[in-house]
Amino acid sequence: MTRKLSYREAMREAMHEALQNDPRVFLMGEDVGRYGGTYAFSKGFLEEFGPARIRDTPLSELAFVGAGIGAALGGLRPIVEVMTVNFSLLALDQIVNTAALYRHMSGGQFSVPLVIRMATGAGRQVAAQHSHSLEGWYAHIPGIKVLAPATIEDARGMLAPALADPDPVVIFEHAGLFNLEGEVPDRCTVDIVRAKVRRDGTAVAIITYGGSLPKALAAAEMLAAEGIAAEVVDLRVLRPLDTAAIVASVAKCRRAVIVDEGWRSGSLAAEVSARIMENAFFELDAPVARVCSEEVPIPYARHLEEAALPQPEKIVAAVKGLFS
Amino acid sequence: MTTIEHPAPPPPSGPVPWDKDFAQALLADMLRIRRLEEKAAELYGEGRIRGFLHLYIGEEAVAVGALHALRAEDNVVATYREHGHALVRGMSMAAIMAEMYGKREGCARGRGGSMHLFDASTRLYGGNAIVGGGLPVATGLALAAQLRKEDRVTACFFGDGAVAEGAFHESLNLAALWKLPVLFCCENNLYGMGTAVERAEAQTDLAAKARSYNMPALSCDGMDVVAVYQATQEALALVGQGPVFVEYRTYRYRAHSMFDAELYRQKAEVEEWKTRGPIHTFTARLKAEGKLTEAEFLALDARVAAEVAAAVAFAEAGTWEPVEDLLKDVHTP
Ligand SMILES: Cc1ncc(C[n+]2csc(CCOP(=O)(O)OP(=O)(O)O)c2C)c(N)n1
Ligand SMILES: [Mg+2]
Repeated sequence: MTRKLSYREAMREAMHEALQNDPRVFLMGEDVGRYGGTYAFSKGFLEEFGPARIRDTPLSELAFVGAGIGAALGGLRPIVEVMTVNFSLLALDQIVNTAALYRHMSGGQFSVPLVIRMATGAGRQVAAQHSHSLEGWYAHIPGIKVLAPATIEDARGMLAPALADPDPVVIFEHAGLFNLEGEVPDRCTVDIVRAKVRRDGTAVAIITYGGSLPKALAAAEMLAAEGIAAEVVDLRVLRPLDTAAIVASVAKCRRAVIVDEGWRSGSLAAEVSARIMENAFFELDAPVARVCSEEVPIPYARHLEEAALPQPEKIVAAVKGLFS
Repeated sequence: MTTIEHPAPPPPSGPVPWDKDFAQALLADMLRIRRLEEKAAELYGEGRIRGFLHLYIGEEAVAVGALHALRAEDNVVATYREHGHALVRGMSMAAIMAEMYGKREGCARGRGGSMHLFDASTRLYGGNAIVGGGLPVATGLALAAQLRKEDRVTACFFGDGAVAEGAFHESLNLAALWKLPVLFCCENNLYGMGTAVERAEAQTDLAAKARSYNMPALSCDGMDVVAVYQATQEALALVGQGPVFVEYRTYRYRAHSMFDAELYRQKAEVEEWKTRGPIHTFTARLKAEGKLTEAEFLALDARVAAEVAAAVAFAEAGTWEPVEDLLKDVHTP
């Protein structure tokens, strides 16, 4: 059986289920309670689960993310929500210098079973301080797992395995996906290990994640109309990367375009490209291509914002470039 | 929902201590902010303005009273709720409106929009949408003034919510330690998004926090433009010896931004605060004291309406920044 859900409803259900099933789980962040969640993900939770488990925090990102680490060490399973990735930079110290290091620095004595969720990405004309896509930075850090649910099924299904993980997991929810709707199975059981092929093809592997997935699929559709069968690979897990899946798709298609809303320099796309070079260089019929955000703080004006971001047309052009 | 007890309104600040022209100028500025923002909200509904739009409606007395107490050579650092600050500082309404439209004629060529108004000519250093983000910058601007022996105060506006951020505490300490000329202007509108001060602060007396960093701290009625002006002047007189903190007790009438169901407060509370509205109470006082006639008020209102209409026309007629210039003004594209 399947049913229709929006991305927002899927996230809400996933959290609801976790709160219901495990008394150690609690939700903490700015305006998750009384306000109903910045994006209405936790609407009604305060009434249902009470203020001890649905905790509105002051504007103190460093402190409440750090408190999530401590609560996890102390035996709880916190879900800490940070409004957007830009604001998570105020908590970066606790994430990078503490959460990610605990297990290793303690010689394996301690682990931090913490889930941090945050919105990411551009496309809503909310300008540079609310629009960046810094998943690649987080994916640089050993000690944390980084997830990018890009489908309704993953939005519904990724939280449970993330909470079951004994170590810190950071989940990036692209704000451009929140109103996306789709059919999902009644039970969404997904892994947080492997990449997934979202569309089969043979001519080019379009490798992407998060908010760029719908754009990659749209590009594949446009290419199909021109007789180019593109395969679309959704990375899903940005750290650790599923190198085998990337290599398998590249070996099959012999061409690769990586689509990443991060800036090109030092991007996750650069890392994926390097892995292709290291593992599948001789399978390639053309150099790897990348479609990334232009290297500019995301501007407010709609036409400039659109021009700054990966778009289906740019993906199509990059693919065609591999055939000329 | 628990109702939060708000302190009883303080008594009005006595007779308006200003001549007619000055008093009317401040009234005009409050009205300019109000009408600009009412129009912006309307245009948002029509999709002409997009993204986030944070209205200052209800809080006008703060920007108007505080900024009129400053001098042109002083610096201003503001938040994302800064249309009023930009306007009173001297940015044209047309440039603000065009920026909200995302047009090339806007103050930042459409790069920033409503939350990021910048104006070098009036020493307005933004428009910062990271809560608390302006405080360290203001501290540094004041450091520059101190080291360069410039007679310049940096006024830094921020909300009650920012007081919980580390940046607030680190900046106040640094500014006090180095005796920097910063005026920390806390616009306490009782809520940070949906979170009431009482639900965010263990110590709700925000001025007490500043005092703990060894700086003078005042509080005033932010609904009363006279009280705001006087408290700011009093604070400025002390800034020579180091930073000063002023809490303006005010209230936001509209939603936090354009996406806010306002589940966290009761309508009656908003209505009660509206009885203390900074514009109508000041208008009534000026009339009662013979400093404003109804005819003068109507003329003023018409002038403001014309200014708003002209700003909209300017923004409508504006052009789009060419896409080829996307990477313009990026230091290291
Ligand atoms: C570091 C950071 N965290 C969270 C936000 C989201 N946010 C924007 S405004 C706001 C409320 C701030 O309240 P306050 O400082 O009282 O200012 P007000 O909006 O009331 O003027 C929040 C939570 C942000 N912009 N920056
Ligand atoms: Mg506030």
